[in-house]
Amino acid sequence: MGCDSSNTISISGLSKIKGWREIPIGGVIADAGNSQEYETGGWRSFRPIWDEGKCNNCKVCWVYCPDGSIRVRDGVVAGIDLNHCKGCGICAKECPQGAIEMVEESKAEEKVRQ
Amino acid sequence: MTLQKVKGTPVALEGDRAVAEAMRQMNPDVVAAYPITPQTEIVMRFSDFVASGEVETEFIPVESEHASMSACIGACAAGGRVQTASAGAGIALMWEVLWVASGSRLPIVMHVVNRSLSAPLNIHCDHSDSMGMRDAGWVQLYDEDVQEAYDNAIQVVRIAEHPDVLLPTIHALDGFILGHSVERVELLPDEAVQEFIGTYTPVHPLLDVDHPVTYGPMDLQDYFFEHKRQQAEAMVRALDVVAQVSREFGELTGRSHGLVEGYRLEDADYVTVALGSTVGTIKTAVDLMRDQGVRAGLLKIRCFRPFPAEAVAQALAGKKAIAVLDRSLSFGAQVNPLYLEVIASLYTHGFAPKAVNYAYGLGGRDTIPAQICEIYQELIRIDGEGITGPILRYLAVRD
Repeated sequence: MGCDSSNTISISGLSKIKGWREIPIGGVIADAGNSQEYETGGWRSFRPIWDEGKCNNCKVCWVYCPDGSIRVRDGVVAGIDLNHCKGCGICAKECPQGAIEMVEESKAEEKVRQ
Repeated sequence: MTLQKVKGTPVALEGDRAVAEAMRQMNPDVVAAYPITPQTEIVMRFSDFVASGEVETEFIPVESEHASMSACIGACAAGGRVQTASAGAGIALMWEVLWVASGSRLPIVMHVVNRSLSAPLNIHCDHSDSMGMRDAGWVQLYDEDVQEAYDNAIQVVRIAEHPDVLLPTIHALDGFILGHSVERVELLPDEAVQEFIGTYTPVHPLLDVDHPVTYGPMDLQDYFFEHKRQQAEAMVRALDVVAQVSREFGELTGRSHGLVEGYRLEDADYVTVALGSTVGTIKTAVDLMRDQGVRAGLLKIRCFRPFPAEAVAQALAGKKAIAVLDRSLSFGAQVNPLYLEVIASLYTHGFAPKAVNYAYGLGGRDTIPAQICEIYQELIRIDGEGITGPILRYLAVRD
Protein backbone atom coordinates (compact mmCIF):
# COMPACT_ATOMS: atom_id res chain seq x y z
CA MET A 1 0.00 0.00 0.00
CA GLY A 2 2.99 2.30 0.49
CA CYS A 3 2.15 5.91 1.37
CA ASP A 4 -1.27 5.96 -0.29
CA SER A 5 -3.45 7.48 2.43
CA SER A 6 -6.68 7.53 0.46
CA ASN A 7 -7.93 4.38 2.19
CA THR A 8 -9.57 3.20 -1.00
CA ILE A 9 -8.19 -0.28 -0.68
CA SER A 10 -10.75 -2.69 0.62
CA ILE A 11 -9.47 -4.05 3.90
CA SER A 12 -12.07 -6.69 4.44
CA GLY A 13 -13.24 -7.83 1.07
CA LEU A 14 -15.98 -5.29 0.30
CA SER A 15 -16.29 -4.83 -3.41
CA LYS A 16 -16.93 -1.06 -3.17
CA ILE A 17 -16.06 0.94 -0.09
CA LYS A 18 -18.29 3.97 0.50
CA GLY A 19 -17.84 7.36 2.16
CA TRP A 20 -19.61 8.52 5.32
CA ARG A 21 -22.19 10.54 3.40
CA GLU A 22 -23.31 7.49 1.38
CA ILE A 23 -24.12 4.99 4.12
CA PRO A 24 -27.18 4.63 6.38
CA ILE A 25 -26.78 6.25 9.81
CA GLY A 26 -26.31 4.40 13.04
CA GLY A 27 -24.74 1.30 11.48
CA VAL A 28 -28.23 0.26 10.44
CA ILE A 29 -28.35 -2.31 7.66
CA ALA A 30 -31.33 -1.13 5.68
CA ASP A 31 -31.30 -3.75 2.91
CA ALA A 32 -32.13 -7.34 3.73
CA GLY A 33 -29.90 -10.09 2.37
CA ASN A 34 -26.93 -7.91 1.50
CA SER A 35 -24.41 -10.23 3.12
CA GLN A 36 -23.92 -11.57 -0.41
CA GLU A 37 -22.03 -8.35 -1.18
CA TYR A 38 -19.63 -9.03 1.63
CA GLU A 39 -17.05 -11.43 0.28
CA THR A 40 -15.62 -13.32 3.20
CA GLY A 41 -13.66 -15.85 1.12
CA GLY A 42 -10.47 -13.92 1.86
CA TRP A 43 -10.65 -14.98 5.52
CA ARG A 44 -10.04 -18.63 4.56
CA SER A 45 -6.82 -20.45 5.43
CA PHE A 46 -8.10 -23.93 4.53
CA ARG A 47 -10.06 -24.56 1.34
CA PRO A 48 -12.71 -27.27 0.96
CA ILE A 49 -11.97 -29.42 -2.10
CA TRP A 50 -15.09 -31.22 -3.25
CA ASP A 51 -14.77 -34.59 -5.00
CA GLU A 52 -17.74 -34.88 -7.33
CA GLY A 53 -17.01 -38.60 -7.82
CA LYS A 54 -17.46 -39.43 -4.11
CA CYS A 55 -20.49 -37.13 -3.60
CA ASN A 56 -23.93 -38.83 -3.48
CA ASN A 57 -25.88 -35.53 -3.26
CA CYS A 58 -27.19 -36.15 0.25
CA LYS A 59 -26.64 -32.37 0.80
CA VAL A 60 -25.70 -32.72 4.48
CA CYS A 61 -22.96 -30.17 3.67
CA TRP A 62 -25.62 -27.71 2.40
CA VAL A 63 -27.59 -28.14 5.63
CA TYR A 64 -24.57 -27.57 7.88
CA CYS A 65 -22.73 -24.79 6.02
CA PRO A 66 -23.14 -21.67 8.23
CA ASP A 67 -22.53 -19.34 5.27
CA GLY A 68 -24.74 -20.87 2.59
CA SER A 69 -21.64 -21.50 0.51
CA ILE A 70 -22.57 -24.92 -0.86
CA ARG A 71 -23.87 -24.38 -4.39
CA VAL A 72 -26.88 -26.48 -5.34
CA ARG A 73 -28.40 -26.38 -8.83
CA ASP A 74 -31.51 -28.36 -9.78
CA GLY A 75 -31.27 -30.34 -6.55
CA VAL A 76 -27.70 -31.40 -7.21
CA VAL A 77 -24.54 -30.20 -5.42
CA ALA A 78 -22.68 -27.99 -7.91
CA GLY A 79 -19.58 -26.94 -5.99
CA ILE A 80 -18.53 -24.45 -3.35
CA ASP A 81 -18.86 -20.65 -3.39
CA LEU A 82 -15.29 -19.70 -2.61
CA ASN A 83 -16.10 -15.97 -2.56
CA HIS A 84 -18.00 -16.51 0.69
CA CYS A 85 -16.64 -19.78 2.16
CA LYS A 86 -14.59 -18.91 5.28
CA GLY A 87 -12.99 -22.35 5.40
CA CYS A 88 -14.50 -23.45 8.72
CA GLY A 89 -14.39 -27.11 7.64
CA ILE A 90 -17.80 -28.11 8.99
CA CYS A 91 -18.81 -29.51 5.57
CA ALA A 92 -15.74 -31.75 5.46
CA LYS A 93 -16.35 -32.95 9.01
CA GLU A 94 -20.03 -33.73 8.41
CA CYS A 95 -19.85 -35.26 4.90
CA PRO A 96 -20.82 -38.97 5.31
CA GLN A 97 -19.03 -39.86 2.06
CA GLY A 98 -15.72 -38.13 2.85
CA ALA A 99 -16.18 -36.19 -0.37
CA ILE A 100 -14.81 -32.90 0.98
CA GLU A 101 -11.19 -32.43 2.02
CA MET A 102 -9.77 -29.33 3.69
CA VAL A 103 -6.49 -28.27 2.09
CA GLU A 104 -4.21 -25.39 3.06
CA GLU A 105 -4.86 -22.43 0.77
CA SER A 106 -1.21 -22.29 -0.30
CA LYS A 107 -1.44 -25.88 -1.51
CA ALA A 108 -5.02 -25.80 -2.78
CA GLU A 109 -4.33 -24.78 -6.37
CA GLU A 110 -1.89 -27.67 -6.74
CA LYS A 111 -4.39 -30.07 -5.24
CA VAL A 112 -7.16 -28.91 -7.59
CA ARG A 113 -4.87 -29.55 -10.61
CA GLN A 114 -4.16 -33.16 -9.50
CA MET B 1 -43.56 26.72 11.27
CA THR B 2 -45.02 29.97 12.58
CA LEU B 3 -46.71 29.67 15.90
CA GLN B 4 -49.40 31.70 17.61
CA LYS B 5 -48.58 32.67 21.14
CA VAL B 6 -50.66 30.74 23.65
CA LYS B 7 -51.54 31.64 27.20
CA GLY B 8 -49.94 29.47 29.85
CA THR B 9 -51.38 28.56 33.22
CA PRO B 10 -49.24 29.69 36.16
CA VAL B 11 -48.82 27.03 38.84
CA ALA B 12 -46.41 26.38 41.72
CA LEU B 13 -44.41 23.23 41.04
CA GLU B 14 -41.15 21.56 41.97
CA GLY B 15 -38.76 20.93 39.10
CA ASP B 16 -39.36 17.20 39.08
CA ARG B 17 -43.13 17.71 39.07
CA ALA B 18 -42.86 20.20 36.23
CA VAL B 19 -40.90 17.66 34.17
CA ALA B 20 -43.46 14.96 34.97
CA GLU B 21 -46.22 17.34 33.82
CA ALA B 22 -44.35 17.93 30.55
CA MET B 23 -44.04 14.16 30.09
CA ARG B 24 -47.76 13.73 30.72
CA GLN B 25 -48.53 16.35 28.10
CA MET B 26 -46.13 14.74 25.59
CA ASN B 27 -47.60 11.28 26.20
CA PRO B 28 -44.55 9.29 24.95
CA ASP B 29 -45.02 5.79 23.51
CA VAL B 30 -42.64 4.20 25.99
CA VAL B 31 -41.04 5.27 29.26
CA ALA B 32 -38.57 2.85 30.85
CA ALA B 33 -37.13 4.16 34.07
CA TYR B 34 -35.70 3.27 37.45
CA PRO B 35 -36.10 5.59 40.41
CA ILE B 36 -33.05 7.29 41.89
CA THR B 37 -32.88 10.35 44.15
CA PRO B 38 -33.28 13.20 43.22
CA GLN B 39 -35.07 12.11 40.05
CA THR B 40 -37.47 9.67 41.76
CA GLU B 41 -40.33 12.13 41.85
CA ILE B 42 -40.42 12.34 38.05
CA VAL B 43 -40.83 8.59 37.67
CA MET B 44 -43.19 8.39 40.64
CA ARG B 45 -45.49 11.11 39.31
CA PHE B 46 -45.35 9.78 35.78
CA SER B 47 -46.25 6.26 36.88
CA ASP B 48 -49.30 7.83 38.60
CA PHE B 49 -50.32 9.26 35.24
CA VAL B 50 -49.91 5.82 33.67
CA ALA B 51 -51.92 4.13 36.43
CA SER B 52 -54.75 6.67 36.23
CA GLY B 53 -54.91 6.44 32.44
CA GLU B 54 -53.92 10.07 31.85
CA VAL B 55 -51.30 8.91 29.37
CA GLU B 56 -51.24 6.01 26.93
CA THR B 57 -47.57 5.34 27.58
CA GLU B 58 -46.21 1.81 27.96
CA PHE B 59 -44.35 2.19 31.25
CA ILE B 60 -41.57 -0.35 31.84
CA PRO B 61 -40.46 -0.50 35.49
CA VAL B 62 -37.01 -2.02 35.05
CA GLU B 63 -34.49 -3.54 37.46
CA SER B 64 -31.66 -1.06 36.88
CA GLU B 65 -30.59 1.94 34.83
CA HIS B 66 -28.59 -0.26 32.48
CA ALA B 67 -31.87 -2.02 31.83
CA SER B 68 -33.86 1.21 31.53
CA MET B 69 -31.60 2.62 28.83
CA SER B 70 -31.47 -0.78 27.11
CA ALA B 71 -35.27 -0.93 27.08
CA CYS B 72 -35.37 2.62 25.71
CA ILE B 73 -32.97 1.61 22.95
CA GLY B 74 -35.11 -1.36 21.96
CA ALA B 75 -38.33 0.64 22.07
CA CYS B 76 -36.85 3.52 20.09
CA ALA B 77 -35.36 1.20 17.46
CA ALA B 78 -38.81 -0.37 17.19
CA GLY B 79 -40.07 3.07 16.21
CA GLY B 80 -41.44 4.57 19.41
CA ARG B 81 -41.10 7.99 20.97
CA VAL B 82 -39.19 7.10 24.10
CA GLN B 83 -38.20 8.88 27.28
CA THR B 84 -36.50 8.14 30.58
CA ALA B 85 -35.16 10.03 33.57
CA SER B 86 -32.12 9.46 35.74
CA ALA B 87 -29.46 10.97 37.98
CA GLY B 88 -25.97 10.43 39.37
CA ALA B 89 -25.09 6.78 39.81
CA GLY B 90 -28.02 5.82 37.60
CA ILE B 91 -26.39 7.57 34.66
CA ALA B 92 -23.07 5.99 35.57
CA LEU B 93 -24.69 2.56 35.39
CA MET B 94 -26.09 3.45 31.97
CA TRP B 95 -22.68 4.39 30.61
CA GLU B 96 -22.20 1.47 28.23
CA VAL B 97 -25.64 1.78 26.68
CA LEU B 98 -25.58 5.58 26.44
CA TRP B 99 -23.12 5.03 23.59
CA VAL B 100 -25.34 2.40 21.99
CA ALA B 101 -28.24 4.89 21.96
CA SER B 102 -26.20 7.63 20.27
CA GLY B 103 -24.24 5.30 18.00
CA SER B 104 -27.51 3.76 16.78
CA ARG B 105 -28.84 7.32 16.25
CA LEU B 106 -31.90 6.80 18.43
CA PRO B 107 -33.59 10.06 19.49
CA ILE B 108 -34.25 9.02 23.09
CA VAL B 109 -34.95 11.82 25.56
CA MET B 110 -33.58 11.65 29.09
CA HIS B 111 -34.56 14.07 31.84
CA VAL B 112 -31.48 14.32 34.05
CA VAL B 113 -31.66 15.59 37.61
CA ASN B 114 -28.04 16.28 38.46
CA ARG B 115 -26.52 14.38 41.37
CA SER B 116 -22.95 13.81 42.47
CA LEU B 117 -21.22 10.46 42.02
CA SER B 118 -20.20 8.28 44.95
CA ALA B 119 -17.95 7.85 46.90
CA PRO B 120 -18.35 9.26 49.46
CA LEU B 121 -22.09 8.79 49.15
CA ASN B 122 -23.95 12.01 48.38
CA ILE B 123 -27.36 12.51 46.84
CA HIS B 124 -27.04 16.26 46.22
CA CYS B 125 -26.29 18.28 43.15
CA ASP B 126 -23.21 18.56 41.09
CA HIS B 127 -22.65 17.96 37.39
CA SER B 128 -20.34 14.92 37.62
CA ASP B 129 -23.09 12.74 36.13
CA SER B 130 -23.97 14.69 32.99
CA MET B 131 -20.42 15.97 32.47
CA GLY B 132 -19.31 12.37 32.82
CA MET B 133 -21.42 11.54 29.75
CA ARG B 134 -20.31 14.57 27.75
CA ASP B 135 -18.39 12.50 25.19
CA ALA B 136 -21.14 9.89 24.81
CA GLY B 137 -22.76 11.56 21.81
CA TRP B 138 -25.84 13.01 23.51
CA VAL B 139 -27.07 16.55 22.95
CA GLN B 140 -27.07 18.39 26.31
CA LEU B 141 -29.09 21.35 27.51
CA TYR B 142 -28.89 22.79 31.04
CA ASP B 143 -31.85 24.34 32.86
CA GLU B 144 -31.54 27.57 34.82
CA ASP B 145 -34.83 27.37 36.71
CA VAL B 146 -37.97 25.27 36.98
CA GLN B 147 -39.61 27.09 34.07
CA GLU B 148 -36.66 26.19 31.86
CA ALA B 149 -36.75 22.60 33.11
CA TYR B 150 -40.34 22.43 31.84
CA ASP B 151 -39.58 24.32 28.62
CA ASN B 152 -36.47 22.30 27.83
CA ALA B 153 -38.21 19.00 28.62
CA ILE B 154 -40.50 19.76 25.68
CA GLN B 155 -37.90 21.21 23.32
CA VAL B 156 -35.46 18.30 23.61
CA VAL B 157 -37.98 16.03 21.89
CA ARG B 158 -38.01 18.27 18.82
CA ILE B 159 -34.20 18.52 18.85
CA ALA B 160 -33.58 14.79 19.23
CA GLU B 161 -36.08 13.79 16.53
CA HIS B 162 -35.08 16.44 13.99
CA PRO B 163 -34.03 14.66 10.76
CA ASP B 164 -30.75 16.61 10.72
CA VAL B 165 -29.94 15.43 14.25
CA LEU B 166 -31.40 12.05 15.29
CA LEU B 167 -29.35 11.96 18.45
CA PRO B 168 -30.39 11.15 21.99
CA THR B 169 -30.77 14.29 24.07
CA ILE B 170 -30.78 15.31 27.71
CA HIS B 171 -31.75 18.39 29.58
CA ALA B 172 -30.35 18.64 33.07
CA LEU B 173 -31.83 20.31 36.12
CA ASP B 174 -29.89 20.69 39.34
CA GLY B 175 -30.89 18.06 41.87
CA PHE B 176 -32.87 19.43 44.85
CA ILE B 177 -31.97 23.04 43.95
CA LEU B 178 -34.44 22.84 41.05
CA GLY B 179 -35.71 19.27 41.29
CA HIS B 180 -37.27 19.69 44.74
CA SER B 181 -37.80 23.46 44.85
CA VAL B 182 -41.19 24.98 44.24
CA GLU B 183 -41.19 27.81 41.75
CA ARG B 184 -43.77 29.58 39.66
CA VAL B 185 -44.12 27.79 36.32
CA GLU B 186 -46.35 28.50 33.36
CA LEU B 187 -47.71 25.31 31.90
CA LEU B 188 -48.84 25.25 28.30
CA PRO B 189 -52.19 23.74 27.35
CA ASP B 190 -51.84 20.02 26.59
CA GLU B 191 -52.81 20.53 22.93
CA ALA B 192 -50.16 23.23 22.46
CA VAL B 193 -47.47 20.87 23.71
CA GLN B 194 -48.70 18.05 21.51
CA GLU B 195 -48.85 20.32 18.49
CA PHE B 196 -45.37 21.69 19.19
CA ILE B 197 -43.73 18.27 19.37
CA GLY B 198 -45.83 16.84 16.53
CA THR B 199 -45.77 13.17 15.64
CA TYR B 200 -42.57 11.18 15.37
CA THR B 201 -41.86 9.36 12.12
CA PRO B 202 -38.92 7.00 12.64
CA VAL B 203 -36.55 6.46 9.71
CA HIS B 204 -35.86 2.74 10.19
CA PRO B 205 -38.44 1.30 12.61
CA LEU B 206 -37.82 -2.34 13.43
CA LEU B 207 -41.58 -2.98 13.56
CA ASP B 208 -41.96 -2.05 9.89
CA VAL B 209 -41.96 -5.67 8.74
CA ASP B 210 -42.23 -4.67 5.08
CA HIS B 211 -38.82 -2.98 5.31
CA PRO B 212 -36.71 -5.24 7.53
CA VAL B 213 -33.55 -3.67 8.93
CA THR B 214 -30.72 -4.74 11.21
CA TYR B 215 -29.73 -2.64 14.26
CA GLY B 216 -26.43 -3.01 16.06
CA PRO B 217 -24.40 -5.13 13.66
CA MET B 218 -20.65 -5.63 13.92
CA ASP B 219 -18.92 -2.64 12.35
CA LEU B 220 -15.18 -3.01 12.01
CA GLN B 221 -12.17 -1.17 10.58
CA ASP B 222 -13.89 -0.53 7.26
CA TYR B 223 -17.00 1.45 8.34
CA PHE B 224 -16.97 2.15 12.11
CA PHE B 225 -15.04 5.40 11.66
CA GLU B 226 -17.45 6.57 8.93
CA HIS B 227 -20.38 6.04 11.29
CA LYS B 228 -18.60 8.08 13.99
CA ARG B 229 -17.95 10.79 11.40
CA GLN B 230 -21.71 10.90 10.73
CA GLN B 231 -22.39 11.29 14.46
CA ALA B 232 -19.93 14.17 14.67
CA GLU B 233 -21.67 15.86 11.76
CA ALA B 234 -25.09 15.38 13.34
CA MET B 235 -23.79 17.14 16.46
CA VAL B 236 -22.62 20.08 14.36
CA ARG B 237 -26.04 20.30 12.69
CA ALA B 238 -27.73 20.14 16.10
CA LEU B 239 -26.45 23.67 16.87
CA ASP B 240 -28.81 25.25 14.34
CA VAL B 241 -31.63 22.94 15.38
CA VAL B 242 -31.32 23.85 19.09
CA ALA B 243 -31.42 27.54 18.13
CA GLN B 244 -34.34 27.09 15.72
CA VAL B 245 -36.45 25.04 18.15
CA SER B 246 -35.76 27.69 20.80
CA ARG B 247 -36.99 30.42 18.45
CA GLU B 248 -40.17 28.49 17.67
CA PHE B 249 -40.77 27.85 21.35
CA GLY B 250 -40.33 31.59 21.85
CA GLU B 251 -43.09 32.28 19.33
CA LEU B 252 -45.36 29.96 21.27
CA THR B 253 -44.53 31.10 24.80
CA GLY B 254 -42.52 34.31 24.67
CA ARG B 255 -39.64 32.37 26.29
CA SER B 256 -36.57 31.68 24.17
CA HIS B 257 -33.05 31.15 25.54
CA GLY B 258 -31.08 30.14 22.45
CA LEU B 259 -27.67 28.49 22.69
CA VAL B 260 -26.14 30.99 25.13
CA GLU B 261 -27.58 33.99 26.87
CA GLY B 262 -25.91 37.10 28.24
CA TYR B 263 -26.95 38.94 31.39
CA ARG B 264 -25.75 42.57 31.54
CA LEU B 265 -23.00 41.24 29.32
CA GLU B 266 -22.70 43.74 26.50
CA ASP B 267 -20.81 46.46 28.35
CA ALA B 268 -19.36 44.12 30.98
CA ASP B 269 -15.62 44.00 31.67
CA TYR B 270 -15.69 41.16 34.18
CA VAL B 271 -17.61 38.08 33.17
CA THR B 272 -18.50 34.76 34.72
CA VAL B 273 -19.54 31.81 32.58
CA ALA B 274 -21.78 29.11 34.05
CA LEU B 275 -24.62 26.69 33.42
CA GLY B 276 -27.48 25.29 35.49
CA SER B 277 -29.23 26.89 38.45
CA THR B 278 -26.16 28.84 39.61
CA VAL B 279 -26.83 31.15 36.67
CA GLY B 280 -29.73 32.56 38.70
CA THR B 281 -27.48 33.10 41.73
CA ILE B 282 -24.92 34.85 39.55
CA LYS B 283 -27.56 37.25 38.20
CA THR B 284 -28.12 38.46 41.77
CA ALA B 285 -24.37 38.85 42.23
CA VAL B 286 -24.06 40.75 38.96
CA ASP B 287 -26.75 43.19 40.12
CA LEU B 288 -24.97 43.64 43.46
CA MET B 289 -21.66 44.36 41.68
CA ARG B 290 -23.34 46.73 39.24
CA ASP B 291 -24.79 48.60 42.23
CA GLN B 292 -21.18 49.12 43.35
CA GLY B 293 -20.24 50.44 39.93
CA VAL B 294 -18.45 47.30 38.74
CA ARG B 295 -19.12 46.29 35.16
CA ALA B 296 -19.99 42.71 35.93
CA GLY B 297 -21.71 40.40 33.50
CA LEU B 298 -22.70 36.80 32.95
CA LEU B 299 -22.65 34.40 30.03
CA LYS B 300 -25.05 31.52 30.54
CA ILE B 301 -24.44 28.34 28.56
CA ARG B 302 -27.75 26.67 27.79
CA CYS B 303 -26.45 24.24 25.17
CA PHE B 304 -23.29 22.40 26.23
CA ARG B 305 -23.33 19.63 23.59
CA PRO B 306 -22.87 20.63 20.84
CA PHE B 307 -20.78 23.45 22.27
CA PRO B 308 -21.65 26.80 20.69
CA ALA B 309 -18.03 27.87 20.26
CA GLU B 310 -18.60 30.79 17.93
CA ALA B 311 -21.37 32.32 20.03
CA VAL B 312 -19.22 31.96 23.16
CA ALA B 313 -16.16 33.51 21.51
CA GLN B 314 -18.18 36.44 20.19
CA ALA B 315 -19.86 37.00 23.55
CA LEU B 316 -16.55 37.02 25.43
CA ALA B 317 -14.34 38.86 22.91
CA GLY B 318 -12.69 41.91 24.43
CA LYS B 319 -13.63 41.16 28.03
CA LYS B 320 -11.00 42.14 30.63
CA ALA B 321 -11.18 39.03 32.80
CA ILE B 322 -13.29 35.88 32.82
CA ALA B 323 -14.12 33.25 35.42
CA VAL B 324 -15.62 29.97 34.25
CA LEU B 325 -17.52 28.02 36.90
CA ASP B 326 -17.53 24.23 36.82
CA ARG B 327 -19.74 22.10 39.04
CA SER B 328 -17.65 18.98 38.36
CA LEU B 329 -14.03 17.94 38.47
CA SER B 330 -12.09 16.27 35.71
CA PHE B 331 -9.46 14.77 37.97
CA GLY B 332 -5.94 15.16 36.65
CA ALA B 333 -6.96 17.61 33.95
CA GLN B 334 -5.45 21.08 34.19
CA VAL B 335 -8.96 22.53 34.33
CA ASN B 336 -12.57 21.35 34.21
CA PRO B 337 -15.03 20.68 31.36
CA LEU B 338 -16.76 24.05 30.87
CA TYR B 339 -13.54 26.05 31.22
CA LEU B 340 -11.86 23.78 28.69
CA GLU B 341 -14.62 24.39 26.15
CA VAL B 342 -14.68 28.14 26.74
CA ILE B 343 -10.92 28.53 26.42
CA ALA B 344 -10.82 26.33 23.31
CA SER B 345 -13.59 28.46 21.76
CA LEU B 346 -11.71 31.68 22.52
CA TYR B 347 -8.35 30.35 21.29
CA THR B 348 -9.73 29.00 18.02
CA HIS B 349 -11.35 32.38 17.34
CA GLY B 350 -8.18 34.33 18.05
CA PHE B 351 -8.84 35.58 21.57
CA ALA B 352 -6.72 35.07 24.68
CA PRO B 353 -8.29 36.95 27.58
CA LYS B 354 -7.28 36.45 31.20
CA ALA B 355 -9.43 33.59 32.40
CA VAL B 356 -9.57 31.41 35.49
CA ASN B 357 -11.56 28.33 36.43
CA TYR B 358 -13.58 27.89 39.62
CA ALA B 359 -14.73 24.47 40.75
CA TYR B 360 -17.77 24.96 42.97
CA GLY B 361 -20.81 23.39 44.57
CA LEU B 362 -19.70 19.75 44.62
CA GLY B 363 -22.03 17.41 46.47
CA GLY B 364 -24.63 20.18 46.78
CA ARG B 365 -22.34 22.66 48.58
CA ASP B 366 -24.33 25.87 48.69
CA THR B 367 -23.24 28.60 46.33
CA ILE B 368 -24.37 32.08 47.36
CA PRO B 369 -24.18 35.54 45.76
CA ALA B 370 -21.46 36.71 48.21
CA GLN B 371 -19.11 34.00 46.88
CA ILE B 372 -19.77 35.08 43.31
CA CYS B 373 -19.10 38.71 44.30
CA GLU B 374 -15.71 37.58 45.58
CA ILE B 375 -15.03 36.06 42.18
CA TYR B 376 -15.77 39.41 40.53
CA GLN B 377 -13.40 41.11 43.01
CA GLU B 378 -10.73 38.60 42.03
CA LEU B 379 -11.37 39.32 38.33
CA ILE B 380 -10.82 43.03 38.98
CA ARG B 381 -7.53 42.17 40.72
CA ILE B 382 -6.50 39.85 37.87
CA ASP B 383 -7.24 42.59 35.36
CA GLY B 384 -4.83 44.89 37.17
CA GLU B 385 -2.12 42.53 38.34
CA GLY B 386 -2.41 39.58 35.99
CA ILE B 387 -3.21 36.03 37.03
CA THR B 388 -1.28 35.02 40.11
CA GLY B 389 -1.79 31.65 41.70
CA PRO B 390 -3.35 28.67 40.03
CA ILE B 391 -5.72 28.82 37.04
CA LEU B 392 -8.01 26.35 38.84
CA ARG B 393 -9.45 27.53 42.13
CA TYR B 394 -11.91 25.92 44.53
CA LEU B 395 -14.86 28.02 45.65
CA ALA B 396 -15.94 27.76 49.29
CA VAL B 397 -13.78 24.80 50.24
CA ARG B 398 -12.41 24.97 53.79
CA ASP B 399 -8.63 25.01 54.06
